[in-house]
Amino acid sequence: MKTDKQNVVVRFCGDSGDGMQLTGNMFSSISAILGNQISTLPDFPAEIRAPQGTLGGVSGFQVNLGSGVYTPGDKADVVVAMNAAALKVCALGSKFSHAGALYNEQDAYFERNAIVIIDSDSFSAKDLEKALYVTDNPFTELGLPESVQIVPIPITSLTKESLKDSGMDAKSILKSRNMFALGVICWLLDRPIDKAIMFLEGKFRKKPQLIAPNVKCLTDGFNYGNNFHLSVNTVNIEKAEDLPHGSYTSIAGNKATAWGLIAAAEKAGRRLFLGSYPITPATDIMQELALRKDMGVMVVQAEDEISAVCLAIGASFAGDLAVSSTSGPGLSLKSEAIGLAVMAELPLVVVDVQRGGPSTGLPTKTEQTDLLQAIYGRNGECPVVVLAASTSANCFHFAYEAARLALENMTPVILLTDTYLANGTSLWQIPKLSELGEIHLSLPPEQFKGKFNPALRDTESLVRYWATPGMEGFEHRNIGLERDAERGTISTNPENHQLMVNTRKDKISKLAERLPKLQIQGNAESDTLLIGWGSTEGHLHVAADKLHCALAHFNYIHPLPGNAHELLSRYKRLIVCELNTGQFATYLRSQMPDLKFEQYNETTGQPFSVERIVEAVNSGMSDNR
Amino acid sequence: MEAQDFKSDQYVRFCPGCGDHAITMALQKAMAQIGVPTHQVAVISGIGCSSRMPHYLNTYGFNTIHGRGAAIATGVKTSHPELTVWQMTGDGDCLAIGGNHFIHSLRRNVDLNICLFNNRIYGLTKGQYSPTSPKGFVSKSSPFGTVERPFIPAELVMGARGTFFARTLDADLPTTVACLVAAHQHKGASVVECLVNCVIFNNGTHAWIADRELRAEHSIVLEHGKPMVFGKNRDRGLVLDGWNLKAVRIGEDGIKETDLLVHDVTTKDPTLHLKLALMGQPTEAGKQPDDLPIALGVIRSVDEETYDAAVNRQIEEVRATAKQHTFDQLTQTLEQWEM
Repeated sequence: MKTDKQNVVVRFCGDSGDGMQLTGNMFSSISAILGNQISTLPDFPAEIRAPQGTLGGVSGFQVNLGSGVYTPGDKADVVVAMNAAALKVCALGSKFSHAGALYNEQDAYFERNAIVIIDSDSFSAKDLEKALYVTDNPFTELGLPESVQIVPIPITSLTKESLKDSGMDAKSILKSRNMFALGVICWLLDRPIDKAIMFLEGKFRKKPQLIAPNVKCLTDGFNYGNNFHLSVNTVNIEKAEDLPHGSYTSIAGNKATAWGLIAAAEKAGRRLFLGSYPITPATDIMQELALRKDMGVMVVQAEDEISAVCLAIGASFAGDLAVSSTSGPGLSLKSEAIGLAVMAELPLVVVDVQRGGPSTGLPTKTEQTDLLQAIYGRNGECPVVVLAASTSANCFHFAYEAARLALENMTPVILLTDTYLANGTSLWQIPKLSELGEIHLSLPPEQFKGKFNPALRDTESLVRYWATPGMEGFEHRNIGLERDAERGTISTNPENHQLMVNTRKDKISKLAERLPKLQIQGNAESDTLLIGWGSTEGHLHVAADKLHCALAHFNYIHPLPGNAHELLSRYKRLIVCELNTGQFATYLRSQMPDLKFEQYNETTGQPFSVERIVEAVNSGMSDNR
Repeated sequence: MEAQDFKSDQYVRFCPGCGDHAITMALQKAMAQIGVPTHQVAVISGIGCSSRMPHYLNTYGFNTIHGRGAAIATGVKTSHPELTVWQMTGDGDCLAIGGNHFIHSLRRNVDLNICLFNNRIYGLTKGQYSPTSPKGFVSKSSPFGTVERPFIPAELVMGARGTFFARTLDADLPTTVACLVAAHQHKGASVVECLVNCVIFNNGTHAWIADRELRAEHSIVLEHGKPMVFGKNRDRGLVLDGWNLKAVRIGEDGIKETDLLVHDVTTKDPTLHLKLALMGQPTEAGKQPDDLPIALGVIRSVDEETYDAAVNRQIEEVRATAKQHTFDQLTQTLEQWEM
């Protein structure tokens, strides 16, 4: 029997060595190829390999697929739990380590009527002990309601059986359990097996010896579901209908960021230079760009975060599109050097993939807590442009925008993304370079040859000219000290400093008029306006839908779009929702002191839950922190 | 080209009598001798007295932030290897706050010409001890004498697998110019330690060799391929005595000039270079080790592939065989579908 659904949320979970991220990603891509919108949420532990079978080692991957998909979904409709620890973590959610905790709808990662497929071979007494169960009946012990359909399948033994003639060693066979599970899920959610096989063949193109066993295992999993007519309904999921015609792929935020920078460099006719230091969750950007020597990208893995941004500043001084990618702790270390780029008026993109903080904090979890650091966190009056991407796919667009604004305005631009966008994937319509906006460099007019200095600027935009070593007749000395507004040389003159502080500020403020206008989403006629920025757009979009209210979502943070105040002042209730304790609200209050802002905040290291936002707004927002 | 071509229009603001004046002149002379046109030269500095240098040179210049000159210069040189890149730095800028960038630029062997102005003091902040101040040194921040052991820059350079090290003295213009030219000619990270006098806060710190009379007896100017001879009468020299260097007098104990060590800057093994560089290095205030002369001139110059060349070579190699070179070609490599 089949049921039809608009969208379905699937969660894969198992040991961090079980290949759940890979399985989840493959399943998401197969679904996207079949015409579904997707939004994914990888949720893995900070430890590389916690002891096998323990609660600390559970790695999860959630995907929402169907049409009208804006978030990875609050809770799963279908769960694959590869062992007893994974089941416990999914059933108890954030309370998994509490002794005696029982399933409750609020905390659990799956719905009351979820289908939960478990590998029944991984529920031995020893497995239960490792996952800290105290009885021999895990389902009763977790207090799972009857409406949860547990589907036990001996995945481990079936995988062994499936691959017994493959010639693979026992360890490799065990590692293929995820393919069997993928096969079962493909059957359950009506993914045609031939499409899945085609995807697998493409995936392992470079390792052809892996194709046959993986396809065998996948097919056996699919057939198992089919033949045994597992006592659950298969689900038919709606295709996305309203997407513009074009070529699509699914892309993770970090890769999209890297590619946006590549596109911008080609458009601007400058080499892309990245200085970076490994840091979770930003490292993928460096790794992706290190691969792209074919595009002429230069990557220098620095000795530290400060060096990383300084390398980029050096490359910018010399004429490259220069970038440094990092996360919050790294942004702190780069502060002084970003100030140098502000003072020297050099183009620079700093990508901050935010994570839970402060200090080392929650390296693998998501948060929006670097906002004020990005806007204000430097010594002196030190304005930079701050942008925030809001989907994994539009990391491409905003990385491109960050580069464009940096180059056109001779300024550092900080692009904020976060763990959720970086590791999650969404559907991306692949653009052609010709469809992307032009990038106009601020090159010095020929008339300044022989009399150039680094303070010369366009009188209208206040943007300085970019003369770079190698250009004859434009030799000059740039500085991090205050410069004379006329001559560009060191100056400690009081009036001059005032003038230069104003100039640097005005240069950024003037940008606001040239930015795309802020748009209202949802029910514009409502009295209530949800306000968000960055990666929460999908969740707030769905919440606004459920609340029949309006949403203003910001990607341009500093400066704010020119029409922001006018739009916001139309609404009676302004509710700023963010994954911090109210940084954007604080900022908006300072920019629009005449407006009254309420706030809804969470800092759990997880993306918003739509349900909680809706509840909070309906309850009148008395005390939500 | 003339030294004049490399003079900027800026008034030189070093204190009267500061050793940096002499190095400024030497740099302008050396740059003229090297002959790379002014627009192909980038001079990068951090913060400190020495870091003011870019303002006085009519080239591209960038006076940046404290300690980060090596990182910024690495960015300039790696991204644009066709440029000649100099870094101006001091003992505080380079060896304290910028220590990490310094050793890594040496380890990578970035083709930089690094002028390390060593006056053993923080001058611009008005007189605190530095990482090269000898132990026991009294300064405003060490009123009872430092309890720290100093760095010997050469030791750090060789420890970081540096490929070029030279040492010179502000008062010795010909040696300074020669060292700077050699630093440019060497492909790789070249460190020229310039011993400079801080006339205000650490006057006489290099007095042991600053005086012309004393210098001949207390220092040796090493030259590649030449025997290690020194002394006012050129009658003293260096030999190996077991594992150690020993100063001898030609004619005494049957020592002939042919018995002396012959300097070879190209030996990959840095052992002897390090021994030479460590001679006469003061590590305790008020105590000048006087048994061996302080080595000046080019001590080490070894050929190794430079980082900037290697990075650019690898990109060219990949591009030569890659099927895609543009963004539109790159997106074709993606798994994609029409919707």
